[in-house]
Amino acid sequence: MTQVSMTVNGKAARGDVEGRTLLSTFLRDQLGLTGTHVGCDTSQCGACVVHVDGKAVKSCTIFALEAEGAEVATIEGQANADGSLNVIQQAFQDHHGLQCGFCTPGMVMSAAALLKENPKPSEAEVRDYLEGNLCRCTGYHNIVKAILAASGQDVGAIAAE
Amino acid sequence: MYSFELERPTRLADAVKLLSDSTESLPLGGGQTLIPTLKQRLASPERLVSLAGIAELKGVKTEGGTLTVGGGTPHATVAAEAGAYPALAALAGNIGDPAVRNRGTIGGSLANNDPSACYPAAALASGATLVTDRREIAADDFFQGMFSTALDEGEIITAVRFPIPEAANYQKFEQPASRFALVGVFVAKYPDGVRVAVTGASEEGVFRWSEAETALSADFRAEAVQGLSVPAEGMIGDLHGSKAYRAHLVGVMTKRAVAAAKG
Repeated sequence: MTQVSMTVNGKAARGDVEGRTLLSTFLRDQLGLTGTHVGCDTSQCGACVVHVDGKAVKSCTIFALEAEGAEVATIEGQANADGSLNVIQQAFQDHHGLQCGFCTPGMVMSAAALLKENPKPSEAEVRDYLEGNLCRCTGYHNIVKAILAASGQDVGAIAAE
Repeated sequence: MYSFELERPTRLADAVKLLSDSTESLPLGGGQTLIPTLKQRLASPERLVSLAGIAELKGVKTEGGTLTVGGGTPHATVAAEAGAYPALAALAGNIGDPAVRNRGTIGGSLANNDPSACYPAAALASGATLVTDRREIAADDFFQGMFSTALDEGEIITAVRFPIPEAANYQKFEQPASRFALVGVFVAKYPDGVRVAVTGASEEGVFRWSEAETALSADFRAEAVQGLSVPAEGMIGDLHGSKAYRAHLVGVMTKRAVAAAKG
């Protein structure tokens, strides 16, 4: 076992891990941050997306030790300081961007990474950016709407089907 | 995953030393292929040597007519910083998905030589030079069949040098589930001729389509490829596409790449 330390949602976190311990495992099992979901464990579904030093990564496809010293952001750190939903989370609620909710943590983290890079994405850019985030309930339309709304754009023009 | 030690050197020299001692070790690039492989227990190294913390392996720079990409540079960085070679930047920006592009590296992709990966087509069509910790290897000598390369055990790709072409383009026909190339064709036009590299199609991995190269070197228009075809024999045939289908796509994607080629 090797000690790993990182900053998670602004707070220092440390623990003993094996070489093979995934970041997703460390977050969920050792830190108890179970908002990061593991859907496929094969780096396809994106439910486990977190930010490592500001970049969206699949936490099931990076070892915990590789995040040594990094700033990690997870869904648990996304709400506003007073506990209310942040702009993206609120938009997901307002536009019914979730049904079962399993993919939602990854969707919100990917959306946050997108809007940081590209504050006013087009619908096509949103869809392209979500290529690595699978949702089996919504058919994506309402997720795309929510992200466009969170970016302050009018979503009236998006197909309602 | 089977258990292994994970080492995280910060200097290339330390990584080389770790990879050459008696412990059975594998270099770990961005891990976007190797980690899923380990999860399936298809590899069982005693030790992984992560290259992710080695600053000297990262970065994109342009000098004269050559774009050099550090072996540990993630795809997202190439997409953002390889503006001097737009076709290469576009290729990097369309590998996998954004989270994969933030981790996966050019050196890892080339060393793995997946028969459906994008970067091998760029390296081969550009006549790139692969620089390792011990030598330089021409792309023409590097790719040696599916998942097979000229690299020795423990040899690390430290940089890839791309001669910048006059015009180039990469067209990928995506396998809709994996987004890997069902067939991808990279066309690059240089003063001394055109190079065409095909990924995704052949059971031998990435290859140059010399017949199209000859035709396009004489006449760089999509029409020049009309009537040319690669034999279906030797193509990959699977549930996503038959051998004949892939062979047909090679011609289609080559024409599209030529039509779209820009400097």
